[in-house]
Amino acid sequence: MAIDTSRAETGYVHPSAAALKRRRIRLGDTLFRLALQFCLFVAFAFLASLLIYVVIAGWNRLDLRLVTNMPSGLASRADESGLQSALTGTLWVIGLTALMCLPTGIAAAIYLEEYADNTRWYNRFLELNIQNLAGVPSIVFGILGLGIIARVFGLGFTIITAAIVLSLLVLPVVIIATREALRAVPPSIRLGSYALGATKWQTVRRQVLPAATSGTATGSILALSRAIGEAAPLILLGAVTFVRFNPEGIFSQYTVLPIAIFNLIKSPQAELKELASAGIVLLLIILVLMNSIAIVIRNRAGRIK
Amino acid sequence: MAERGVEALLFVAATIGVLTTVGIIIALVFPTIDFFGDVSIVKFLTGDAWTPLFADKQYGVLPLLVATLVVTAIATLIAVPLGLGAAIYLAEYARPKVRRALKPMLEVLAGIPTVVYGFFALVAIGPLIRDYWPGGDKPSFQNLLIASIAMGIMIVPTVASLAEDAMTAVPRSLRQGAYALASSRMQVATRVVFPAALSGIVAAIVLGVSRAIGETMIVTIAGGLISDRILFNPIEGSATMTAFIASAGQGDLPLGTVEYKSIFAVGALLFIITFALNIVSFRLVRRFREVYE
Repeated sequence: MAIDTSRAETGYVHPSAAALKRRRIRLGDTLFRLALQFCLFVAFAFLASLLIYVVIAGWNRLDLRLVTNMPSGLASRADESGLQSALTGTLWVIGLTALMCLPTGIAAAIYLEEYADNTRWYNRFLELNIQNLAGVPSIVFGILGLGIIARVFGLGFTIITAAIVLSLLVLPVVIIATREALRAVPPSIRLGSYALGATKWQTVRRQVLPAATSGTATGSILALSRAIGEAAPLILLGAVTFVRFNPEGIFSQYTVLPIAIFNLIKSPQAELKELASAGIVLLLIILVLMNSIAIVIRNRAGRIK
Repeated sequence: MAERGVEALLFVAATIGVLTTVGIIIALVFPTIDFFGDVSIVKFLTGDAWTPLFADKQYGVLPLLVATLVVTAIATLIAVPLGLGAAIYLAEYARPKVRRALKPMLEVLAGIPTVVYGFFALVAIGPLIRDYWPGGDKPSFQNLLIASIAMGIMIVPTVASLAEDAMTAVPRSLRQGAYALASSRMQVATRVVFPAALSGIVAAIVLGVSRAIGETMIVTIAGGLISDRILFNPIEGSATMTAFIASAGQGDLPLGTVEYKSIFAVGALLFIITFALNIVSFRLVRRFREVYE
């Protein structure tokens, strides 16, 4: 093993030189590994300092005032200010988004995975289009909402407009995740079902979909958690206005947590920066809860298999 | 009959994506054509001041474009080494157990809302950099550098996960061949796996660049809003394309004015650029999938 194989073609290598070379390779290898670990370390150190920073900065405001009080417009009452209207707004918008985008996304995925004949040009076009849509910047979806849904459809700056735009934005995520879950269902299950005389739709509904539940649910949750954190398109859709009431229906004015945080960041008052940090912690807690549900579903499915 | 009906319904759901694309194009094209009736397209593409909200209105998109490119360049310089380093470690070095623990953490980084990154850049990274800035001219309160740093970290997971996919797709036999010739792990990673996965790695970088160009909240919060001149210096605050759209879209601009339409013109430019990058990225991904799958 004393031969330096990386330069084997150069022929004979003096043993001591070879030993030296080997040591250098080993040292290089260790340094390289350290450099790679350093890359991951930087990313995680950033993550850790970000989390620690917001918790410390928002500590004084992390109590029930955050969810029981409405935002206050008066500078002198910044201490009493809360984020209730943003929290209820987020729940309304995301609830409605889930109602619209999950059935549509799952149906689209079933079509593309189970029904579509891939040799047809229009099916390939549908697929390419969804991939493309996944890469469109979210602010462009805001422009779609502003130009078409709010103005042309006349839905205005309301919860329903926000929910439609967020649904379209995360639709590719739901479709891609559901397709992967459907693809993971072994073909033998489908063939068995057909052999017993089931039709295509019966097979999909009673065999394939139940078998793909965990993957679909995980993907859906991840898509919704992306929608919860999304602020850019809603800036164009009237969410920035100061809202001091909870939404009463789908045509209400609204604001959502990320936008309320954005508004607080813009204000020069230090107390409001504190509130912004507390709001970020609240937002992150919601996201962590949703992701833990996804993990629990994934693990449970793993155990059954 | 019922079977056909179900299939038709599912097909309709699948076409919503196409309708969305058509909707986006319609939403962008008509106001943009209208806009170019008021402002010449040459002035738009070559003008060096963007001041739609001033008394003296000028519509040269270069300041916005340059700011976008500066942020994207710095963010890419940060994200590419970090992302590729992480990807190589996960694909070639980490034991399965370590990998299973690290990947979800990268997903957490990807799942943090961008408004949070923007906040952190403005209130934590900004003061830190100002305190330790060596030169005489201190960075402004909002500046492109702090936005770029946050954005660089934000796109690390994008670059890392796609690059890792590409490297894992490289067949085992290539690695085994190299190890059989007594290559070290680093040699296998850098001289065998990396070149073999190159198209996928480039695709990962292109996708990261595309995400950086389209990112809005970080640059709106931390990047600054000056756009009346072209600024190449990242320690000054300058509005990117997305930051302009977001800041102009907050106020209720009167419908039909040139200012209002300018949002759509900048949006169209942004859409064209990111669309082109995404197409390049898909082509590259398809190439590495074709070779090894």
